[in-house]
Amino acid sequence: MTTMSVRRRAGTPGTLRRDRRDWKGWAFIAPFALVFLAMTVVPIVYAIYLSLFRDQLVGGNSFVGLQNYLDVLSDAKFWSGMWRVAIFLVIQVPIMLILSLIAALALDSLRLYAVGFYRIMLFLPYAVPGVVAALIWGFMYGTQFGLAANINDFLGSQVLQPLTLRWILVSIGNIVVWEFMGYNMLIFYSALKVIPAELYEAAEIDGAGSWRTIFSIKIPGIRGAIVIATMFSVIGSFQLFNEPQLLQGLAPNAVSTYFTPNMYAYNLSFAGQQFNYAAAVAIVMGVITAVIAYVVQVRGTRQENR
Amino acid sequence: MTTVTSRRPSRAAQHSHVVAVHGRPRRRRRHSVGLTIVMVILVIYTIVPLLWLIINASKTQASLFASFGLWFSGPFSLFTNIWTTLTYDDGIFLRWFGNTLLYVVVGAGGATLLATIAGYGMAKFKFPGRRAVFAVVIGAIAVPGTALAVPTFLLFSSLGLTNTPWAIILPSLISPFGFYLIWTYAIEAVPTELLEAARVDGSGEFRTFFTISSRLLAPGIVTVLLFAIVATWNNYFLPLIMLSDPKWYPLTVGLSNWSQQGTGASAVPIYNLVITGSLLTIIPVVIIFLFLQRFWQSGLATGSVKQ
Repeated sequence: MTTMSVRRRAGTPGTLRRDRRDWKGWAFIAPFALVFLAMTVVPIVYAIYLSLFRDQLVGGNSFVGLQNYLDVLSDAKFWSGMWRVAIFLVIQVPIMLILSLIAALALDSLRLYAVGFYRIMLFLPYAVPGVVAALIWGFMYGTQFGLAANINDFLGSQVLQPLTLRWILVSIGNIVVWEFMGYNMLIFYSALKVIPAELYEAAEIDGAGSWRTIFSIKIPGIRGAIVIATMFSVIGSFQLFNEPQLLQGLAPNAVSTYFTPNMYAYNLSFAGQQFNYAAAVAIVMGVITAVIAYVVQVRGTRQENR
Repeated sequence: MTTVTSRRPSRAAQHSHVVAVHGRPRRRRRHSVGLTIVMVILVIYTIVPLLWLIINASKTQASLFASFGLWFSGPFSLFTNIWTTLTYDDGIFLRWFGNTLLYVVVGAGGATLLATIAGYGMAKFKFPGRRAVFAVVIGAIAVPGTALAVPTFLLFSSLGLTNTPWAIILPSLISPFGFYLIWTYAIEAVPTELLEAARVDGSGEFRTFFTISSRLLAPGIVTVLLFAIVATWNNYFLPLIMLSDPKWYPLTVGLSNWSQQGTGASAVPIYNLVITGSLLTIIPVVIIFLFLQRFWQSGLATGSVKQ
């Protein structure tokens, strides 16, 4: 970063009146930049460095070039985790965002009493730590004393098996929806509130109904917020860790140690001591995440400009 | 995010004042039963797990297993449970609570301070390398936080920082989201003319910041602080890998350890304590959010305008 900052780049003529060679701004940026450098840039560089080495029986820790990356790319466990989070996000993210959008549109419709009550109630789970959310749902899913057990007893059958291999991904998806639906709703709702009133008046004059207003004015009007929320949800799905990690204690047969790429990297490092390989897994995962987030953003904004 | 920012800049700027006056002049429409039903269903979905938690925190370990989950049963033992939670294992829960407070006060407080000063610097000064700072920080948001965990652990371990509070506090000091939010907020909240006037009066840049600008930034700062508090309070992955000594655990790691005590061959489950402890963990955050709603809701609105 230092080399980049020394290099003077021709900036666009801004509205700020300070001269480009004025270094005063750095006094404000420096503390953040230093900690940022130490806590983000240095670990990334160190991870890249680590990923080029390997502990070997003969010769100890030695340079292996890109071998770790080649291994990751042909590692069935890594790809099974990657596929799992890909399937997870293709199903969970749309469900969650559509529910958030419905709730936000309802709040914005001016056709509800007690908007403030719904808003705060739906947002409440965001304040619950992911660990606690996973524990509560994990207990409720339990067939020992959970709600699932109660419902099964009531029905006299074993229909609900949320902690089995077959249903575990759905169960995790439900926890994530519960945690973040209200948060995304608030983001959409805040964006809806700043759609200019003239657009609504124009629509009313044109005789547009509620549905027409929603699809022609409201949703296009908050496309930026939708793209951002999608991007963060996609990044969140790829990083899935807390929920499966905590459910693993309750459902050891349904959640493997390589259930998600993140759990795989964690278990490689802290159960297997394979730090070099774990670093390569983390980097490959980071690159894939960043590329997909970027594609989401580019696609979202291109449709906007159509 | 850059491309999103540049899209329709004129409209965003033109209408951002709408946030301040809250809402638009639209007629209240007919009340809708259908929408109310949809919202009530969503509220039930949201509230059932929390009700389950409250109800089951009042049960003994024995009646947990023997009763319907969504109704009270057996002796009402909420207070016994709370007492047992707080005193179990020489009061380790209180120690975890104190640790969490430490991490939140120093970590979230420090993150807010750094992000505010830097975001303000980005918004109100032009200096060499400004664009590079922007590119690096925005790029880093896309890097999965957990991808950094392993290398950060190894770095800290070689510096002897693992198993100390620093291992949790130092990485918590960076909030790219807070930096971005204050930056976009400061562009409009602090008029450049005001800063020029202060300069003419001979006020130093830092004095101007602490006496004038910081007050104008207050709603943005509260929003960043709240979200930093939640992020630190809820932090699990980082302390999980950094700490092996229970005396430095935050609540999240402590609770997950208690819940794992229930599994295994010679396990003595303490689910009633896990449940009561979970309840005690979420109460402070919920209270903070309820009391400061006005601040974070307006702050979020500002953030989304600038997207």
